Amino acid sequence: MRRAALGLLLLVPLSLAVGLWAGPVTLSPLDIWDGLVHPYADSSAIVRDLRLPRVLLAFLVGGSLSVVGASLQALLRNPLADPYLLGLSGGAGLGAVVAIAINPGWPWAVPAAAFAGAAGAIALVYRLSVVSGRRLDPRVLLLAGVVVGSFAGAIMTTVASLSEATELKRAFLWLLGGFGAASWSALVVFAAYAAVPLVVLLLSGRALDLLALGEESAKHLGADVERNKRIVYIATSLLTAASVAVCGMVGFVGLVVPHAVRRLWTPMHRELLPIVFLVGGAFLVLADGLARTIVRPLELPVGAVTAIVGVPLFAMLLRRNYT
Amino acid sequence: MILAARDLSVRYPGVARRVLDSVSLRVEPGRLVAVTGPNGSGKTTLVNALLGLVVPDGGSAMLDGRPVSGWRRGSLAKVVGVVAQREEVVFPITVWQTVMLGRYAHLGPLAPIGFHDREATLRALRRCDIEPLAERRVDTLSGGEWQRVRLARALAQQPRILVLDEPTASLDVRHEMELFELIRTLVADGLAGLVVTHELNLAARFADRIVLLNEGRVVVDGAPAEVLRREILTEVFGWPVAVTTWSDGSPQVIPLRAGEAAPG
Repeated sequence: MRRAALGLLLLVPLSLAVGLWAGPVTLSPLDIWDGLVHPYADSSAIVRDLRLPRVLLAFLVGGSLSVVGASLQALLRNPLADPYLLGLSGGAGLGAVVAIAINPGWPWAVPAAAFAGAAGAIALVYRLSVVSGRRLDPRVLLLAGVVVGSFAGAIMTTVASLSEATELKRAFLWLLGGFGAASWSALVVFAAYAAVPLVVLLLSGRALDLLALGEESAKHLGADVERNKRIVYIATSLLTAASVAVCGMVGFVGLVVPHAVRRLWTPMHRELLPIVFLVGGAFLVLADGLARTIVRPLELPVGAVTAIVGVPLFAMLLRRNYT
Repeated sequence: MILAARDLSVRYPGVARRVLDSVSLRVEPGRLVAVTGPNGSGKTTLVNALLGLVVPDGGSAMLDGRPVSGWRRGSLAKVVGVVAQREEVVFPITVWQTVMLGRYAHLGPLAPIGFHDREATLRALRRCDIEPLAERRVDTLSGGEWQRVRLARALAQQPRILVLDEPTASLDVRHEMELFELIRTLVADGLAGLVVTHELNLAARFADRIVLLNEGRVVVDGAPAEVLRREILTEVFGWPVAVTTWSDGSPQVIPLRAGEAAPG
């Protein structure tokens, strides 16, 4: 446990350093340091204006998605749950594709539309899942999420198939996720917005332990189950919607990081969630670094990298724990 | 502390018949009450209504003189420990971690786990004789061990009242007996106990009172010998039985084969 904590403490700064170093222009560690501390150094523009906000945004998003994944897995009592399961991907995708097709020429149009689409999906899924009076039923939530997502996805495909080929590629690349558009303003907006739902989820750790046992046992042990379910659902949804808005859909982080941390550290959510945040953040920073360098000067969608790197790692972990 | 139902009635939406119809019952310190009856007679609904999980259609469920519906779940969990009928493990944790979850109501969302919490958890583990299992993952336990872990978790809540819904379902004779012996000891130490069970013969030997439910109503409520009578059971369960008496005076029920005549 102590060794693991030490490893974690090293992992975070290491990932940030690698993130600052990775990119189409090769900088020495000294250049990076100069760029960070001296505003007028040659490397300052690249390090401070391009890489630093990008690395920090990737860290925050990776951490947030992982916390969301861990929380939803407990809420839905489903190890397969990930941040996009409950219809958000469809809603956000639809918003983005519509914005790209219309092309209003406003720089924040795509993220804003993606957020609006995700928020619409959340509202619809929530409305559908509140059954028999005022209970939020996780099983219905799952179904509602999947059908709302499919519906939005179908409309998205329809809109996309009617638009021009270049727009289509742009829309799909955007959906696949990436931090190419990261900026200080995007970072600040995301950080300010994500802070509340993140804190709420981190404080829900013990309640999530109980929800993971099932509603009946959770009630008997003293949890206000209805309230906790709502809080977790709303916080996770808002957080996912914001992350989709700033970087499209980055798959895999939210599914696998929680499982890996559960196996390697602890399954108890009060400790799990903060660790998941750090590991998820570091993982996404590293994945983004890879995405920027493997085929430079081109960039891969970071979502593809998270899966290509994450799946073998996770497969190894699965084998190790079951044999 | 006393848990009581007074003329408690429950109706589910869309069902004409009441699931519980004017049920009254008292669970008090140092006494073990067994609730029994055929499948669908309302046993679990009674438990849920007593615990404030089902809104009654009439009558009331009172805990310590106050309506259960007025209790916050957190406060309730500090005085009533429950072992529910079913619990499926999705994310396996260790026995120690499971029993520690019994401290939730005492801890709230933020407080760090303290000396008292560890102490209560350890005591509960010892009480249920599962301390050696503390580091085991719950998905590796046998059915009997798992029930003990769940009982230990309820004890870690440091309750004054213990409610168990079919705790020995699918346990073998030894585990069934061990669990009932343990429950009996806990009750002897001053806990109030309510156990829902299909095991008429165990209820007869361990419970102070038996409440026999049928179609949502109390058929009889009394000492085992008053409740477990041949004509009553044959009528309620719709199957002929014979009743004998064991050397400690408790009635024992023997279901008859089809066409078999009752002795005597």
